[in-house]
Amino acid sequence: MAASESQTATETMKLEVFRFLPDEGELPNFQTYEVPYRDDWVVLDALNYIKDEIDGTLSYRWSCRMGVCGSCGMMVNGEPKLTCSAFLRDYYPNQIKVEPLNYFPVIRDLIINMDQFIDKLGEVKTWLIPAEEKSVDEGEYLQTPAQLAKYKQYTMCINCMLCYSACPVFGQHPDFLGPAAIALGQRYNLDSRDGGADERADVLFSNEGIWECTFVGECSEVCPKNVDPAGAIQMAKVTATNDWFKGLLMPKGKKKSGGDQ
Amino acid sequence: MGSSDSTCLSHDILIVGGGGAGLRAAIAIGEENPDLTVGVISKIYPMRSHTVSAEGGAAAVIQSSDSHDHHCYDTISGADWLADQDAVETFVEEAPRELLQLEHWGCPWSRNPDGTVAVRPFGGMKIERTWYASDKTGFHMLHSLFQTAIQYDNVTRYDEWFATKLLIEDGRCQGVAAVELGTGQVRAIGGKGVIMTTGGAGRIFPFTTNAAVKTGDGMALAYRAGVALKDMEFVQYHPTGLPGTGILITEASRGEGGVLLNKNGERYLANYDLGEAVDVNDERHPVKRTMELGPRDRLSQAFELERQKGNTLQGEYGDYVHLDLRHIGEKKINKKLPFVRELCQNYVGIDPVHELIPVRPVIHYMMGGIDTDLQAATSLPGLFAAGECACVSINGANRLGSNSLTELLVFGARAARSAVRFAEQNSTINKQAITAQATQEQTRIREQFFQPGKGTETIASIRVDLNRALEQGAGIYRTEESLQTACDQVRELKERYKSVELADHSLTFNTELIAVLELGSLLDVAEAVTHSALQRRESRGSHQRSDHAERDDEQFLKHSLAYQTDGNPRIEYSDVSITRWPPGDRVYGSK
Amino acid sequence: MTNRTGNTTTTERQLIRKMPANWWLKKPAYLRYMIREMTCLFVGGYAMFLLMLAARLDKPEAFADLLASPLAIALQWIALPMAIYHSVTWFNLTPKVLVIWRGEDKLPGFLIAGAHYAGWLAVSAGLIYFAMSGGTDG
Repeated sequence: MAASESQTATETMKLEVFRFLPDEGELPNFQTYEVPYRDDWVVLDALNYIKDEIDGTLSYRWSCRMGVCGSCGMMVNGEPKLTCSAFLRDYYPNQIKVEPLNYFPVIRDLIINMDQFIDKLGEVKTWLIPAEEKSVDEGEYLQTPAQLAKYKQYTMCINCMLCYSACPVFGQHPDFLGPAAIALGQRYNLDSRDGGADERADVLFSNEGIWECTFVGECSEVCPKNVDPAGAIQMAKVTATNDWFKGLLMPKGKKKSGGDQ
Repeated sequence: MGSSDSTCLSHDILIVGGGGAGLRAAIAIGEENPDLTVGVISKIYPMRSHTVSAEGGAAAVIQSSDSHDHHCYDTISGADWLADQDAVETFVEEAPRELLQLEHWGCPWSRNPDGTVAVRPFGGMKIERTWYASDKTGFHMLHSLFQTAIQYDNVTRYDEWFATKLLIEDGRCQGVAAVELGTGQVRAIGGKGVIMTTGGAGRIFPFTTNAAVKTGDGMALAYRAGVALKDMEFVQYHPTGLPGTGILITEASRGEGGVLLNKNGERYLANYDLGEAVDVNDERHPVKRTMELGPRDRLSQAFELERQKGNTLQGEYGDYVHLDLRHIGEKKINKKLPFVRELCQNYVGIDPVHELIPVRPVIHYMMGGIDTDLQAATSLPGLFAAGECACVSINGANRLGSNSLTELLVFGARAARSAVRFAEQNSTINKQAITAQATQEQTRIREQFFQPGKGTETIASIRVDLNRALEQGAGIYRTEESLQTACDQVRELKERYKSVELADHSLTFNTELIAVLELGSLLDVAEAVTHSALQRRESRGSHQRSDHAERDDEQFLKHSLAYQTDGNPRIEYSDVSITRWPPGDRVYGSK
Repeated sequence: MTNRTGNTTTTERQLIRKMPANWWLKKPAYLRYMIREMTCLFVGGYAMFLLMLAARLDKPEAFADLLASPLAIALQWIALPMAIYHSVTWFNLTPKVLVIWRGEDKLPGFLIAGAHYAGWLAVSAGLIYFAMSGGTDG
């Protein structure tokens, strides 16, 4: 934690935190904690203060505290945020409401179940399916900086799930592949080394894939890493549509989707 | 704690830790023999592992102007000759293939205009050989590994399970007891070969780049099982962390030309035997193995000496100096160091394109770890280790920047191959016996932490005191007295640990239980660190003794081995393998 | 062909939170999205209206009557802002759909959106010119 003991905090602020303890059989409720206010503290620092000093039973996930591990996503005043990057000073002196990420099942307190997301990655096949086999001994696949740039943005996804909890489509249809899984599928489809777009098409270009998306666009707004999943999905729609027309015009010549656009 | 399930889970190979080394090992088994089943136990989702935070890059010889000998020499001299040279040679030789393999798995390495992989210089390097994916190399490596590993159906992932004990039967490690966070059940998970890839233990210190999860759990499990922890006194300070948070500002920022300035705006490193300061606009800048591209131990020590002279700046979170990237320019910073810019803007509120970055040395890496040989095998049959939790040793007394990411690939894969061979020869698991052990483990945990009314101590108070003891006693410069005090304090804290009581007695996702188990790991690792440091009465690499300022090859060109006993750990020594590079002076900068 | 899971947690004890029916009132962005989706009704309605007009092309009086009916005037007053809202929101989203690369850099979004606006203005100006000049002829 960032706190040094040299500075004594006189100001405080209140955190209203979502609690759910299935063992106790209690209904979910909110508990309010008063924490010291420091202008360089983030919401995660406040939660750690609560856990260390006030209430050891509060459960949440965190690890890197520098916005790259993707563990600490929560709803902060109704907005999906990485709590390690949400500063108290942006809310002070108002009370902050902390809840688990929207639309996911809650295991306990602020901890959501995100196992389904990893299953979705498997369905989409988010790994490199080489366009041409080449042994490692033959060296690297050549890829120019321009080719790298075409998919690089989509590699930046930290799997923090903020986009899912901003997506009302996911809220209504939990089977929707969702922004991050589709963006990661696009990441490989757009990689010059990859030739797996056809293998991914059945899942990606399905009704539970891109066509479920109605382009609310909030996934891209809340993404802490500017991945722009909404853009990835719309571009995939264009590709899928082109493929469909190509298939219509040249039923046998239908080949090569995704790769170049 | 609920009752433990009587069925025993088991796999051919069990991997504890889902970071870079663990995932590399899992894939290696999937590639090598898809008929073998693999279990990967991780206390967090694998893609959350601390590999994700590595920024600058991974070293391997790729340029024709470079050579394996150069990489070996840079590594060995960087290690202050404490690295095993046969291990370094193997590592250097296998490094390029591992990084190429990762390229074939989709890692978005930064590229040259002709499409080949690009490299950048790092500290202590004669020739640039650091592969990078802008300044999020570890992130891209980890996600590439994770996404690649997903496709293997012989892999079973135990996400959010915490291993609490190695299960040893018939003199061999046959699995671990682990608590499933979601249910609170302790289960035995068998493995014919068990690989530890649990990472380091930077969290024994208060000010660290390390994530919250870096609590040395695997080191502690092995240590308690009688395996030695090797070279634990060598703890690396990275010279450039953000004050307060300890967030890492990558060495790549200096590789791309960044310079360190004291409070008078001088490049103070010139006064610490690191060569001459070449002007930042001179085309020779940055000169390799010189000034800002010296090794991490020397740069961190220079900061401390500069601080004693009163030449550092004072801030709310202690003394600091400035890292100046302004001359690099916005375009190059955006392209090569975008994460550095993002971190500075988010956490310090400054823009390195126009402003100076406040930095100070910060605990970053443990050179020491579970004692293994070149095959990643430990002294306990059936137990292997790789990555930061292990000590082969290629890092000796000071790790060269960008060797660790490569190390976890090279030795992750080697551990997998060794474990597969071992499993072929030792094909039985005594399920009944290890299940019984897991049941006992469940009872132990319940009795130790869930007895109402016995506790007087809190997790946080012990952790804070432990952090303070290590920082004061085992920091950049150490003395007999400071280390003895730290040893005594750790001993007291281990006593206090017995009286911790948890507020949370729930079975569902009890993070307080995990925190107390992690604290137990930290205490054991801290014990090995302080005692190993106390016994090493010389200065070498990251271990600097004010009372023994010189390197003493006669007595201490040796690895320390800490064994746990009922009292203080027993420290033994083993020889360092020297092949072609006899111990010499570490020369940085022009003669 | 993917990993198996060793986890034994079941969703039974987990809390499933239902999405409230008024979710789209919870955030201005959601409300703007709903309005954007709704505007298509008016765009569609106006298209129907145009078709009805087209059917009366050979009957100038009926054409004029329909155009001047209070209902039609009301429709046009409502449809105009709706169509503008519809167009603006979608034009603003075009940079996400249409990405043009120049080497390692994307063509900036404002240029993509700007080109659409410019096209819109040009077509509108052309139509107005046509309508005005057609008016003097007739």
